[in-house]
Amino acid sequence: MTFVSIRDLKVAFDGVHVLHGIDLTVARGEAVGLVGESGCGKSVTWLAALGLLPGKATVSGSVTVEGQQLIGAARASVEAVRGGRIAMIFQDPSSSLNPVRTVGRQICESLALHRGLDGRARRAEAVRLLDMVGIPDAARRVDLYPHEFSGGQCQRVMIAMALAGEPDLLIADEPTTALDATIQAQILDLLSTLRRETGMAMVFISHDLGAVGAICERVNVMYAGRIVESGDIAPMFERPRHPYTQGLFDAIPRLDGTRNRLIPITGTVPDPRRMPDGCAFAPRCTKASAFCTDTRPDLKPQTDGRDLACFHPVAHQQTVAGEERRRIPA
Amino acid sequence: MLTYMLTRVFRAALTILLVMTFAFVVLRLSGDPAAIMLGPDAPTDSVDAFRAEWGLDDPIWKQYFAYLKSIAQLDFGISMRDRSSAIMLVLERLPATLALTVPTLLIQLGIGIPAGVYAALHRQSVADRGVIMLSIFGFTIPSFVMGLLLVLVFAVTLGWLPSGGQDSWRHAILPILTMSVGGIGILARFSRSAMIEVMGQPYIRTAMAKGLSWRDVVWKHALPNASVPIVTIVGFMVGSLIAGAVVVESIFSWPGIGRLLIVSVSNRDLAVVQCLLLVIASSMVIANLCVDFAYGLLDPRLRAKTTAH
Repeated sequence: MTFVSIRDLKVAFDGVHVLHGIDLTVARGEAVGLVGESGCGKSVTWLAALGLLPGKATVSGSVTVEGQQLIGAARASVEAVRGGRIAMIFQDPSSSLNPVRTVGRQICESLALHRGLDGRARRAEAVRLLDMVGIPDAARRVDLYPHEFSGGQCQRVMIAMALAGEPDLLIADEPTTALDATIQAQILDLLSTLRRETGMAMVFISHDLGAVGAICERVNVMYAGRIVESGDIAPMFERPRHPYTQGLFDAIPRLDGTRNRLIPITGTVPDPRRMPDGCAFAPRCTKASAFCTDTRPDLKPQTDGRDLACFHPVAHQQTVAGEERRRIPA
Repeated sequence: MLTYMLTRVFRAALTILLVMTFAFVVLRLSGDPAAIMLGPDAPTDSVDAFRAEWGLDDPIWKQYFAYLKSIAQLDFGISMRDRSSAIMLVLERLPATLALTVPTLLIQLGIGIPAGVYAALHRQSVADRGVIMLSIFGFTIPSFVMGLLLVLVFAVTLGWLPSGGQDSWRHAILPILTMSVGGIGILARFSRSAMIEVMGQPYIRTAMAKGLSWRDVVWKHALPNASVPIVTIVGFMVGSLIAGAVVVESIFSWPGIGRLLIVSVSNRDLAVVQCLLLVIASSMVIANLCVDFAYGLLDPRLRAKTTAH
């Protein structure tokens, strides 16, 4: 059952288009990945959906939460969705917490807003949430300020704060990018445990395909403000069909010790002010034809169940990452 | 926190001592009180008697230590002019100055900060541009020009308000306006940039993402963070208010300590000038001290940093 449905979402900053019509859905309880390079519009998609972009952004299209339209809706009705139905955690946990308020007060704010708790019950719930996300000695540390927590712990606090509103959907916007590798794994583990326990849906925004593979059931691959391929995670990992998706996999180092040369995707993401007429990936694509540079492929359903926007998809062959995924059970 | 406070208090005391020393030396190097008090034609023996009476013949270091000693005993000397207590002269005039500076400060805070915050929250709007323009206008016009301009318009041309004196509350309006304008401009500009800076921080996005109303985001999350830089500038302004009153009091013949300072300096009335400088320096130092303590209250990170030292 569809919980959030985004249709033809477009965003422009000062007249420069950065999202060119995003379509995606999130069903209740499912985990969806959103991957792509920096600047491709992953975060912007969800910030725009929740009305969190700065005023200079113009947003059009449709975002519905169980039928309720958010784009162009009154401020109060969007505020009611934020935190309560859809919560969001961000990339840089340390600066995402207010430095002059204790973490307890920041969590209590959500509890008062979405659960109507107050007094001792609210404080007890804040301690319970901190305990649940793995903050040791939560009863004491609830009164500390964000600068007294490490980056990983700040992200745990952010997660506790997001859970305080008992949301139906958690948007995790690169939650582990700013953390070091062991902490990353802990946070990912925490997120998937919480999802199992609470049954909430999750959107996992990342450029880390490994992390997405470990958490999500479906994945959308974005490139330059468009979704270029989307589908269930297993077939995508085994047979990526868009050359860009393929490229993302080829750029992942292998863990099993055999040293193959990594294949980087050459070139850079096109400047949003000078988008090519045809496929945005054509200038960097090894398979691009003259047709690709003139005509833009639309995202179309394929016979294998996924959606794809490419005229020359990769022929089905095993990828390194696909093999690896089967070898190492997730 | 205690060590932090103590070092600040110690530094403040040291600053006041330095100001006093500097004033003492400069005053004694810049002219002979005897010549000015008694006039150029005074007979030599009365000049000598005057110099002997006030200890002006002693070497300067001896005079300095005598001065420090009397200050330590809370004896601020007596006026060479009418032999009344210098500190009493200053204290008599202080209420008149406070009657200008306190309303001025309240007006500056009450208009400057809200205007700046409003402009920051409505960036690029007509109101924002208006605030920027008026604030530049406010703090670039020197107070003596502003004062004369106001006198010209409201006293001379329109005849609505008196141009000088201290007879009624109406006499205070123009001096207070003159003093307020610059501070409003500075505060509006600072509050605006502090607020813009804070509103771009990730924690504001977090506060919005958790579903807080716009009002709560601004009042509970943005303003407390923006208050640190705003308090800094308020501290500077409070400190310079009494010093700024010197100019405005002369324009409007307002009998406060500013006018007393001008009269005393031109008479080389040493004890009174020193006493006044002590009051002015103390007001600045105390304002800065308050700012330092306010930092600790407003920002837990600074609190932690200072206890660690």
